[in-house]
Amino acid sequence: MRAVVTVTGKDKKGIIAKVSQFLAERSVNIEDISQTILGEYFAMIMLVDISGASTELSALAKDCKELGEKIGMSIYMQHEDIFNAMHNV
Amino acid sequence: MFTNFDVLETIDMVQKEHLDIRTITMGISLLPCIRETAEETALAVYDRVCSKAKDIVKTAESLSGEYGIPIVNKRVSVTPVSLITAAFPEKAGLVGKALDNAAKTLGIDFLGGYSALVHKATAAYERTFIQTIPEVLATTDRLCSSVNVGSTRSGINMEAVKMMGETFKEAARLTADKDGIGAAKLVAFCNAVEDNPFMAGAFHGVGEADVVVNVGVSGPGVVKHALEKIPEADLTDAAEMIKRTAFKITRAGQLVAKEAAKRLNAQFGIVDLSLAPTPAMGDSVAQILEELGVETVGGHGTTAALAMLNDAVKKGGVMASSRVGGLSGAFIPVSEDIGMIQAAEAGKITLDKLEAMTCVCSVGLDMIAISGDTPATTISAIIADEAAIGMINNKTTAVRVIPAPNKTVGDQVNFGGLLGRAPVMPVHNTDSSRLINRGGNIPAPIHSFKN
Repeated sequence: MRAVVTVTGKDKKGIIAKVSQFLAERSVNIEDISQTILGEYFAMIMLVDISGASTELSALAKDCKELGEKIGMSIYMQHEDIFNAMHNV
Repeated sequence: MFTNFDVLETIDMVQKEHLDIRTITMGISLLPCIRETAEETALAVYDRVCSKAKDIVKTAESLSGEYGIPIVNKRVSVTPVSLITAAFPEKAGLVGKALDNAAKTLGIDFLGGYSALVHKATAAYERTFIQTIPEVLATTDRLCSSVNVGSTRSGINMEAVKMMGETFKEAARLTADKDGIGAAKLVAFCNAVEDNPFMAGAFHGVGEADVVVNVGVSGPGVVKHALEKIPEADLTDAAEMIKRTAFKITRAGQLVAKEAAKRLNAQFGIVDLSLAPTPAMGDSVAQILEELGVETVGGHGTTAALAMLNDAVKKGGVMASSRVGGLSGAFIPVSEDIGMIQAAEAGKITLDKLEAMTCVCSVGLDMIAISGDTPATTISAIIADEAAIGMINNKTTAVRVIPAPNKTVGDQVNFGGLLGRAPVMPVHNTDSSRLINRGGNIPAPIHSFKN
């Protein structure tokens, strides 16, 4: 099962490190990363595989949100189906 | 595959534009619960609803977590109670109370179906049932009631229309301490639909499967935001933008509905693609109409803008879901929409204009506070006007007016939460009693004979 992790907010040091470490600790495998900086705005979108994850998706999503609050970014994890449904005919 | 832009767009829709799944409503048939006595029936009803819907809140919460889209309300609709209490209608309230208790046990906010379908005639047991409605609404918290008084195929049952005027008055009077909230949980319909997931008019039709999951999507804020990006566009392009946006919103609803039905062991019913406003800023249908170019909702041009909006929403939604149903369109409740509240407070929108708008929107006169001393026959006449619009135009129309006790034009009513607040609006003070007291039926229109 795959999910999308979105990280947005003001750019600062160590965002990717913190997020990827967080995912690794929960056995979430990163399959694809795309990241851009627009002015001071940081945006990263990760496609991750959560099949081997230690907790279920809704709990992971909650943890991601909390991590975001801790490091001052917005972090969301959502099932990839929501994007496939909304953006593909 | 989706692009990064798509991902960020979805996140913005949820975080900034109030995209949500407005309701997951489980429809449950109560036909297997009919017993010899009201007491036994009430017990069976409570047990069935609690067992079929036991996981609805939990499932909605985990789906919301997984897809990252809020699911605001979890609800249940049931078979019209008048049908299952036909043998003991004077005790129908026991079943109403059992349903209210079930709603509280399940932790859902509303349960709909304390209803009667009397569009052609009122049977004796239905007459008795309708008389129980005000008391039942006053002594329960989460139960909603509706009565279908007309249809395109059968005409308008004017005896039922007369009763409903009195029922609204009484429901408000018995809840005078809460601004007449009883009437806010009551709807009079013409052409009621059997798979509507929205309250207060939801009930589970007898033609439905045993247990179904219907989902109502929303997102007026998302549509408004999309239109803000093209302020100079002509109306053809604006309609196209609304259609595209409705498509995306509905796809989210379809995904959640299918998955919810699977997990709840129910049949996937329909997605209702209504734009349902809330009193929150930026979650308003009125503000979409204003974004389209009407200075204040209620002004000239409002009906045209609403007609376009309603139609474009349907077109986008139908493309997005294999099973569209319910009311599907734009809702225009007054007390639940910040733009409507402001227009009503400023005297810019009148009951007459709202009535015109109901010709082209998905439902009818909704959540409108009127003076507590409005005669019952005047309320009946308002219902008759709405029912006539529905009957002739082959669409659902509804009336949910609150004759707020001890309040008059200029006063406010405040129900709190999703039901919102509203100024008391003026009605015409002309006498309609002679028309209403005639009784009988308004015959079905000529274009109903299609066979």
